[in-house]
Parts: sequence; C-alpha cells; structure tokens
Amino acid sequence: MSTSTLEKRGTFLNRRKKDSRGEGDIAEKGGPVWTIVAWVATLLFFAPVAWMVLTSLHTEADAATNPPTLFSGITFENYGALFDRGVGPYLINSAMASIVSTLLVLALSIPAAYALSIRPVEKWTDVMFFFLSTKFLPAIAALLPIYLLVKRVGMLDNIWVLVILYTAMNLPIAVWMMQSFLAEVPKEILEAASVDGAGVLRSLWSIVVPMATPGIAATSLICFIFSWNEFLFAVNLTATISSTSPVFLVGFISSQGLFLAKLCAAATLVSLPVLIAGFAAQDKLVRGLSLGAVK
Amino acid sequence: MTRTKNNWRIGLMAGAITTALVTTACAGAGGGGAGGGGDSDEESINVLMVGNPQMVDIQELTADTFTKDTGIKVNYTVLPENQLRDKVTQDVASQAGQYDIASVGAYETALWQKNGWLHEMSSFADADSTYDSADLLAPVADSLKGEDGKLYALPFYGESSFLMYRKDIFEKEGLKMPDKPTWDEVAKLAAEVDGAEPGMKGICLRGLPGWGEMFAPLTTVVNTFGGTWFTQDWQAQVNSPEFTEAVDFYVKLIREHGEEGAASAGFTECLNAMSQSKVAMWYDATSAAGSLENPESSKVVGKVGYAYAPVKETEYSGWLWSWNWVMPKTTKKTDAASKFALWATSKEYEKTVGEKLGWSRVPSGKRASTYELAEYKEASGDFGALTLESIQNTDPTNPGVQPRPTVGVQYVTIPEFQDLGTKVSQSISAALTGSGTVKEALDSGQKEAEEVAKNYQGK
Repeated sequence: MSTSTLEKRGTFLNRRKKDSRGEGDIAEKGGPVWTIVAWVATLLFFAPVAWMVLTSLHTEADAATNPPTLFSGITFENYGALFDRGVGPYLINSAMASIVSTLLVLALSIPAAYALSIRPVEKWTDVMFFFLSTKFLPAIAALLPIYLLVKRVGMLDNIWVLVILYTAMNLPIAVWMMQSFLAEVPKEILEAASVDGAGVLRSLWSIVVPMATPGIAATSLICFIFSWNEFLFAVNLTATISSTSPVFLVGFISSQGLFLAKLCAAATLVSLPVLIAGFAAQDKLVRGLSLGAVK
Repeated sequence: MTRTKNNWRIGLMAGAITTALVTTACAGAGGGGAGGGGDSDEESINVLMVGNPQMVDIQELTADTFTKDTGIKVNYTVLPENQLRDKVTQDVASQAGQYDIASVGAYETALWQKNGWLHEMSSFADADSTYDSADLLAPVADSLKGEDGKLYALPFYGESSFLMYRKDIFEKEGLKMPDKPTWDEVAKLAAEVDGAEPGMKGICLRGLPGWGEMFAPLTTVVNTFGGTWFTQDWQAQVNSPEFTEAVDFYVKLIREHGEEGAASAGFTECLNAMSQSKVAMWYDATSAAGSLENPESSKVVGKVGYAYAPVKETEYSGWLWSWNWVMPKTTKKTDAASKFALWATSKEYEKTVGEKLGWSRVPSGKRASTYELAEYKEASGDFGALTLESIQNTDPTNPGVQPRPTVGVQYVTIPEFQDLGTKVSQSISAALTGSGTVKEALDSGQKEAEEVAKNYQGK
C-alpha cells in the first residue's frame, strides 16, 4: 500500500477521533443549563442502578422497610448467598452464549455489510428490508415451533442452541448497524488501495475494519448485552445444564419470604461485566449509535 | 495523552473481561451444584422447584446428606411459581422429560394427577419401612391422593391460615383477642388498634390481584360467610348475596383499617408490614409465623399472638395448602427420583434441618410427629400447636355451608380457576382503589364464571 493511502486513512481517523472527543463545534454550543439537564437526566437514569446496589448491601429486613432506609447497616452476606447457590455455572453459560454468538454475528455481519454498502449488490435496499423483516415476528410467537424443533433434534438444555438463536436474533441488527457505518468509509480510500494492489480481503482487513472500529465495538457491545440479558428462550429451552444468569436471577423471587436484597445482589453481580464493558467502550458505543442505524 | 487514554480504556476493557472470568471462576469454585449439570460417571437427577425458603434450605443440605449417603447428585433449577407451572406443563405435555422431580402445590397435584402426568408415589412410600406414611396429616395426604386412593405427591410442607396479632399492642389498648374470633369481632378490633402506634394500621389482608394471592384469604372469607364459587351442580355463584357480602366486608375492612397500598400487597408485603410493626393484625398463612419469630428478619419477635382463622357461619375457616414433590411420568430415573422425594419428606430430613439450620426452619405442617419433637415444640412456641390444629380442622371436601363440585378450600380444582380467580381479583382490586365497585367486579365475575361452568354442567 502506498504512503498516500495511509495518509488519507490517517487523516480520516484523526478527524473522527477529534469529533468523538467533543472538540468540535457541538461542545461549544452547550451552556450550563444543558450541562445541568444532562446531569439530572444522567442521575435519573442511574438512580435505579444505585438503588439496586445499595439494596444489595442491606439485610433482607432492612431492604424490606417502608419507607426505604438508605444507609442502614452494610453487609455483604447477600453476595455470599449467591455463591452458596452456585451462580458460577450460570455466569459461565451466559458468557459462552453471549461471547460466541457475538463473534459469530461479527464474522457474518461485516462481510454482509461490506456487500451492502461499499460494493452494493443489486437491489441492496430490498436485502436490507428482508433483514429487518426477520425482526417483525414477536419472539414469543416463534417460541413454540422453536421449542418443538429443538426437542425433535434432541438439543434441549444445550448451550449451542442459545448460541445459534442469539446469533440469528442479533444478526439483522448488526447488519443494519454495520451497513450504516461502513457507508461512511470514503470510497476514494478504497479506490486508492485498489490502485495500490489491495484485494477485497486486504481492503476489508487493513482499511475497512480499522476505520469501522467504533462501529464494530458498538455493534459487539449491543449484541453482547442483548444476548447476556435474554430470558425468554433461555428459560424455555434450558434446564439444569445450560441455564443462563437471567434464569438464575428470577429464582430468587419467592411468594413466601423476603428476597429483595438477595435479588439485588444477584442483579448487581450479573450486571457487573456488562456495566464495566459498557463504561469502557462508552465513547465508541455513543459514536457507533449516532453514526449507525439509529442515526 | 491520547495514548494514555487509549491504554486506560484498553485496561478497563481487560478489567471487564477479567471481572467476568474471575467472577465466573470464583463462583464456579464456590458453587453448590446448581445448574451445573452432572458428571457423566455418577447418577444425577434434575429437580425443578420454587425459591421458597424451605427449598433454599434443601438445596443447601443436599450435597452433604443425600448425595453423600446415596451417591445421587441433584441438579436444582429454581424458578418463580408461574414460570415453574409453565415449565412443568411444557415439559410433561411435550414429553421432553427434562425434570425428574418438581415442587408443586396441592392445586396442581390434583389437576395433573387427573391428566395422567404424575407417577403414583404410594408404592415407593410403602416399600420404605422407615417412611411412615401413616404419620402424614390426614387433610394434607388426602388432598394429594387420586381417585384410586394412591398418593401422587409427597408433601414437603403444609400450611393452614390463622390470625396473627400484636399481643403488646392489644395489652396496651386493653383489648383481648378471642381464641376463635369472628370476622365481626376482628373488624371491631381492627378499628380499635388502628393508629395504636404512629403509622400503624389495624390489619393486613392481601389485596394483590391473583387467584393464589388475594383469593387465598378472600375465598376462606367467602366460605365462612356462606358463599361459594359454584354449587355442586356447577351453577356460578359469584354475585350471590353471600359472596357479595363477604367481598364487601373484605374490601370495606381493608379500605377503613387496612395496610397502605393494599392493591399491591400480597404475602410478602404483608409480612414486611407485620415484621416492621406497620400493622397490628394479619390474617394469612400459618407458615408466616416462622418468619415473624425470626430475629434476622423481624422486629416483632415474641410480640405476636396467634388465633384461629376468623369465622362467621362455619366453625373453622382456615385454608389448606401444601408444597409437594411430584415425579412426572416422563422421568427415566424413577428409582433415584423417588429416593430423593422420600428423603426430602422424611422424619430424618426434618431432624437434619433442625440440627443443622435451626428448628424454626423445619418444613413442618405435614407430619404429626413433627409437633411431638421437644426441640420443635420449643422453637414453634405459641404457633406450633395452633398450626397443627388449624390443619387438622380443615375440610377440603366441605369447606363452607354447601356441597362443592371439587375438593379444595381456597380454590376450585379446575384448570380454568387460575384465570377466573385472577380476573375477578383484578376487578376487586380496582374496587379497593376506588376505581370500581364490588358489585361491578362480581357481576363481571359472574359472567366469567358462568362461561367456565358450561364446561362442566351435565357431566
């Protein structure tokens, strides 16, 4: 590849990095009022999470008081109870289903998006609509046929069923997001790379993927979160071997006895990996969303 | 600077992945075997159960007792009641056979036994000379038998209902609770103790919609007021004068002297209210007493008195409920599964719970011998004997003043009752909040009940 191609790519990436840090005109237009509004909105959205964490650190009796007590005695006994009830296999199953399905989604959606944006196939808008149409049917309507099919092939309570389902469920969203994002890659850069002798795979790997990193990160995170939190198929298609963490969570709900503190502890623990990953990738997530399908 | 930020973010991402791996690894090391599947070289069974405290206890004790003695590993799946019902129904109806044992209530046991979904358990119990089936309390055991007289479930714990009240508040106010109070007396007492302490209401009664929530206590009130859901020949009676009087009384009592936010108050909310000294009386399950007397979760330990379920036209009006272990016919491990069910409902298991976890946590209400144990007598204090008597005095065949088409105190044992009871309770809940009336609720409920009755009339 020639120096000119790399320079163009570098300029493009630097421009986008600058935008993502809020150093452009947009930041200068905001005033203190908007800052306060943003903070209030943030606190409103964060309040339930903070409440969940606080409740998880109370005893069941304190967690059940009405009106709620904010800062009564702090205890970690609820977290101990989670490990006593064997949260480990559920987390492992969730990680397995989410990570593998996300990798599969990326492996399929990036080439698909490439074929729909950078080198569009014929009637590509129809193809996009077809992808979207697969999300029209409510998941609950598909549950029974899927259950019977999975039972027929003898794969009930098998984690690979969830991997396949989550891949299929997230693929349309991923293709839409990636298509929007790849459409922003300047064609001149790809043409320059082509002139320099780069083939499709080389262009995809050395030009498109680095430029689309925020989009890939955002898409990955969204697919991961959707898979991690999925409950309907997990509760119906798994039993004791392949159950995931959302199924473990609801097991704390009891019609007899107090459970709020333990449920909050379980919810906090199960949310932790997703929260940290989301926090780490927040700028890419926001940019990916603003440049992607939601644009 | 940019490099530092990138490194920081990469580090955070790595931290997220590490957190996921560490939590899963640590959890795996500390796991109690739930959900993890079994090793292929040892026998294992899959158990589906609700997350009630007694079930959590058995999960804790299984590895060191049952598995150690028999070599059978038990994989538990814990789900809320509604999900559990759906899951078992799905599993049995589709013949998937994912579960070898499930915990279900007396209502489902009767229905599923009629559907032919359950293994009979009598032969296993009779074959075990140490099990002592005769020790099971008659009303509980009878409610689990089929028409052939065989047990189709083994009871894990049972309960009736009684009235719980604050002895100290009554003493302070110069009031006395009769041993067998009437509902009229309870209403008067509720008015007297309402406001006895700042923020304290007179009584807590379930107002949360649901056939198993509001209609558990409310159907017992209907029964003792002379009402019924259906006559013996399946004539709907939901807006009959007796049914209406009972619901009017219940709604009026809650609105005048009941708990705050009654329309969303179920068992758990009333337990909180009583434990936190927010109400002076509570009519609910006898199994609530153990929680009220537990210092870890209650602020009223030693201050609660107990009386029979309030009555009007009948001598007794307590309900009857039990959580039981059933063996779906789809299981291929009847031997191991029956061993588990026998162990979990045995005298030995009760002793194990008492010795290892405390005698107040014994899953009682199913065996007469439990109430003869000195340690349990001491732990159950004021409520143990009354619980036993309340269960023994229930009559699921004839819980009211007229013959019934099915067996059951606080429910009608037909599949449609879940939907019917829940719909009517939603309308009554609207009456509680003032957005509807009792008459509207029951007139609408009558139409629903008449539709249901058509399925059974003349059969």
